[in-house]
Amino acid sequence: MSEPRISRDDVAHLAGLARIDLSEAELDRLGAELPSILGYVAEVQAVAGDDVEAMSHPIPVRNVFRPDVPTPSLAPADALAGAPASEDDKFLVPQILGED
Amino acid sequence: MTDLTRLSAADLAARLASGDVTSVEATQAHLDRIAAVDGAVNAFLHVDAEGALAQAADVDARRAAGETLGELAGVPIAVKDVITTRGVPTTAGSKILEGWIPPYDATVTERLKAAGLPILGKTNMDEFAMGSSTEHSAYGPTHNPWDLDRIPGGSGGGSAAAVAAFEAPLAVGTDTGGSIRQPGAVTGTVGVKPTYGAISRYGLIAMASSLDQAGPVTRTVLDAALLHGVMAGHDPRDSTSISGEYPDVVAAARRADVDGLRIGVVTELGGEGFQPGVRARFEESVELLTKAGADVVEVSLPSVKQALAAYYLVMPSEASSNLARFDAMRYGLRVTPDGATPSAEAVMAATRDAGFGDEVKRRIILGTYALSSGYYDAYYGSAQKVRTLLARDFAAAFEQVDVLASPTSPTTAYKLGEKLDDPLAMYLGDVATIPANLVGIPGISIPNGLADEDGLPSGFQLLAPAHADDRLYNAAATLERLLEQHWGGPILAKAPELEATR
Repeated sequence: MSEPRISRDDVAHLAGLARIDLSEAELDRLGAELPSILGYVAEVQAVAGDDVEAMSHPIPVRNVFRPDVPTPSLAPADALAGAPASEDDKFLVPQILGED
Repeated sequence: MTDLTRLSAADLAARLASGDVTSVEATQAHLDRIAAVDGAVNAFLHVDAEGALAQAADVDARRAAGETLGELAGVPIAVKDVITTRGVPTTAGSKILEGWIPPYDATVTERLKAAGLPILGKTNMDEFAMGSSTEHSAYGPTHNPWDLDRIPGGSGGGSAAAVAAFEAPLAVGTDTGGSIRQPGAVTGTVGVKPTYGAISRYGLIAMASSLDQAGPVTRTVLDAALLHGVMAGHDPRDSTSISGEYPDVVAAARRADVDGLRIGVVTELGGEGFQPGVRARFEESVELLTKAGADVVEVSLPSVKQALAAYYLVMPSEASSNLARFDAMRYGLRVTPDGATPSAEAVMAATRDAGFGDEVKRRIILGTYALSSGYYDAYYGSAQKVRTLLARDFAAAFEQVDVLASPTSPTTAYKLGEKLDDPLAMYLGDVATIPANLVGIPGISIPNGLADEDGLPSGFQLLAPAHADDRLYNAAATLERLLEQHWGGPILAKAPELEATR
């Protein structure tokens, strides 16, 4: 059973992965809070034996296909109505690639 | 003249059907009540008076024209703000969606409209349904109508408080780990989490996709069954929607007969950590059901001990993935950081920092950790195994009994702010409700009295096997009848009158 250890630097790394620009104060707070939460949730490791299969979904489901019938979709104006910026019936986004 | 806001949905529906009152009158009465008390309760994030009255007038016209209408046609309803409503703001309690007007209706919304239920407005909630107190709403907490200084539960505190304060006879909630049932328990109202997949998730802004389930929030068991009947059904737009036979929950609520019903009291849910008054009311309720002919035994679910830990890994993991859609590109807030030409990634990170609240950030970081390389098997993987163990426990239990029983929440409503700085303490309040979500089974909470130490409502929870939601309604309706005989009326008659302000 691995001991949960999480440092402030780890939180900063996770925030980068999660694309949240956390402030210094937030990093401090989460760095202080997460170890106790992780310590609690780590108890799942005590009972999860190799012989137990993982359950990802509560009710057994199989892939389902609906009939391939065209149905109306959102009009471009509706789809773009909530966009922060749009142009020529398209979402207008910041540049995807960095400068360097 | 009768105060229309005090009627149950079933009674109001009967008066609408007989022509005694119109839906416009009933809807206006509830809008007036909202105007009078919601300043203090803050159950609503948005009130759509115009839309609700238009829907009500339409139902009245159709009824006058002799059209056959559904039983709840004309009965107004409040909808949790996590469910999309075309043309009506939907924020999920978050700043990141402030001002967003959905271009489509959720399937639940479509079904309510098709059944002729005027939608009064959208109810307050913890941001993205993350919380147990509604204090994590970006728009301020909802206040418990029993004591305005106390929490109304969460995440669906707005829906429960709206119903408890007679601002709506019916409301829709969603339950990922108890967000319908726990608010029901602490506000003296009825809440049901149906079998996973019974009500479509299409248009329900996702927190944890394998756990989320919409359901009814009401003042009576029969009202919950009627609303359940309107909302449930297969939906081809939700790939996890269940198909096949749906049990007749309305007939079950009307049957209300527990003679010979086998009820298992869950050993692990009721001892240490449960408030004395909550335990006392629970024992009395079990006694009433026994006297009514139920066969009560004690049943152990050993894996319940790890269920809360598993939940607080599965839920944040799924939430961290689901909330990746809030990327500042297609809808919602966009915050552009300083700099000549910030990249999309920098815009996304700045937006999510500004738009998400503390609890959402906490869970996204926790979920990101649980899913990250090197930790996945130990955390997320182990949590999924606990789900399997828990499902085995429930399967074994349901071979012995028809339904399981426990208190809904270990405590009555606590003070606003009391657990805000201790997230783990707040999470522990979900211990009795989250097992049902992890294994997909249905659960109901009904009010079963007031705790002696604080005079606040406690809740009685029943759980049934998947697809057997009708058993909950049958047993809960029985207990409700027995308790109301004992009390001499509904529990909400004991709630203090809210001061009306205009």
